[in-house]
Amino acid sequence: MIEFRVDLRSGVSPYLQLVHQVQQALRLGLLREGDQLPTVKEVVAQVAINPNTVLKAYRELEHEGLAAGRPGLGTFVTRSLADSSLGAHKALRAELVRWIGKAQTAGLDDKSIAALFADAHHRLTMDGVA
Amino acid sequence: MSAIATVSLGKCYRNRWALRDCTVSVPAGRVVGLVGTNGAGKSTFLHLTAGLAGATEGIVTVAGEPQRGTAAQLARIGFLAQDAPTYRSLTVEEHLHLGARLNASFDSGFAQDRVRRLGLDPRQRAGGLSGGQRSQLALTLAMGKRPELLLLDEPVAALDPLAHREFLQDLMELVAEHEPTVVLSSHLLADVDRVCDHLIVLVNGRVRLAGDVDVLLAQHRNLTGPRRDLTTLPANQKVIRMSHTDRQTTAVIRTREPVLDPRWVVTEIGLEDLVLAYMTTDAASDPGPASLEAVRS
Repeated sequence: MIEFRVDLRSGVSPYLQLVHQVQQALRLGLLREGDQLPTVKEVVAQVAINPNTVLKAYRELEHEGLAAGRPGLGTFVTRSLADSSLGAHKALRAELVRWIGKAQTAGLDDKSIAALFADAHHRLTMDGVA
Repeated sequence: MSAIATVSLGKCYRNRWALRDCTVSVPAGRVVGLVGTNGAGKSTFLHLTAGLAGATEGIVTVAGEPQRGTAAQLARIGFLAQDAPTYRSLTVEEHLHLGARLNASFDSGFAQDRVRRLGLDPRQRAGGLSGGQRSQLALTLAMGKRPELLLLDEPVAALDPLAHREFLQDLMELVAEHEPTVVLSSHLLADVDRVCDHLIVLVNGRVRLAGDVDVLLAQHRNLTGPRRDLTTLPANQKVIRMSHTDRQTTAVIRTREPVLDPRWVVTEIGLEDLVLAYMTTDAASDPGPASLEAVRS
C-alpha cells in the first residue's frame, strides 16, 4: 500500500503531489495492476488534507486510465507504468546510491546533487536529439 | 442547500459593530477557513451562527432554517469556544458521560477511543489538565457529538505541534466519514491552506472575501513588472493590493480574463498571499463587495 506525503511549501498543489506519487510508484513497480489505493479516509487521517483534494487526485488518476473506482470497495490500479526495464532497476539503484554517497563525500548538498543529476541528464538528452 | 447563509448580518456590542453587512453562503460539506486579524469579527460570526448570540440586524440561516437557538437546532451543531471551556471539578470520564447524556447523537466509542489515544487519564479532573489537554478534551466532546455543523474557534491555539497535527488528522477523518460542514477560525494560514476548501476573510467586522478556494485562486494573479501607474489597467482587472519600489511594481489583481499585457510577469497566487493581500488592504479605499461576487460565481 502506498503511503502519501504532502509538502505545502513545494509549490506543487497537494492534489498533483498525490497524482505524482502514484505515478512514480507505478513506474518503480511499487504499485501494480489490481493493487488498492488507500481510501480517502485513510489518506486524510495520515496527511491531514481536505478529503476533496484526495478525491480530485483519484479522479485525475481515473482520467489518465491508471486507476478505477469500484463502488463500495475503493479505488484500484488498472494499469502499470513499469516496463520491461524494471528488472534493471535494482542494479542501477545500487550504482546510483554509491554515486550519491560519493557526491555527499565530495561536499555536495541535496540541491546540488539534484541539480547535477538533472543537468547531466538534460545534456545527454539534448545530445541525443542533436 | 446552504449549510450557513447570512444576509446583511450584523452584531453591535454597546456602540461598536463587531460584524456588519455580512452576506455569505456556505454550501453543505465545506471546510471553511474563517480568517482575519484579532477583533475582525470571527468569534462574533461563530457565536451568531451557533445560536449563542442574537443578531442586531440581518439574519443567519443554518441548514435552511433561521437560527433561533432552539434545542433541536443546537443538537445539530458542535461548537468549540476559543477558551475550550471544561468543568474543572469533573473528570475526563465524567465529561464523556455528560456529552453522551446531553447529546442523543453522541458517539461514546469514538470519544473514549480518542481520549485513550491522546493519553488522557479518564479519572483526571479537568482542572488538573494542561491547557493543551483541556483543549483536546473539549475538541473530543465537540467532535463526538457528530454534528452536522462543527464550529471551531481557534481550536489549535493551545496545542503543541504534534497534538496540532493529530487534531487536523482527526478532523479530516471526521469530515471524510461524516461529511459535516466545518467552520474553523484560525490565524494559521498554513492550516487553512491544508484543510479548507472554502474561505471567509473578515477585516474590521466586514467580509472582504468569501468563496470556494479553487475559484478564488483561479480569479487572482500576482503581477510583477516595471514601475507604472495601475490606474491604466483594463476594467476587468481589479487591483487588490499593490506596492512599488523605484523601478518595480508588484500587484495582486482579481480578474476572470487572462492578463495579456506583456510587460507583466504573471504568476498564480497561493492561499496565504491571497489572504494577506485582502487583510492588508484598507477596506475604506475599496468599497467593492468582493464577497458578493464570489458567492454568485
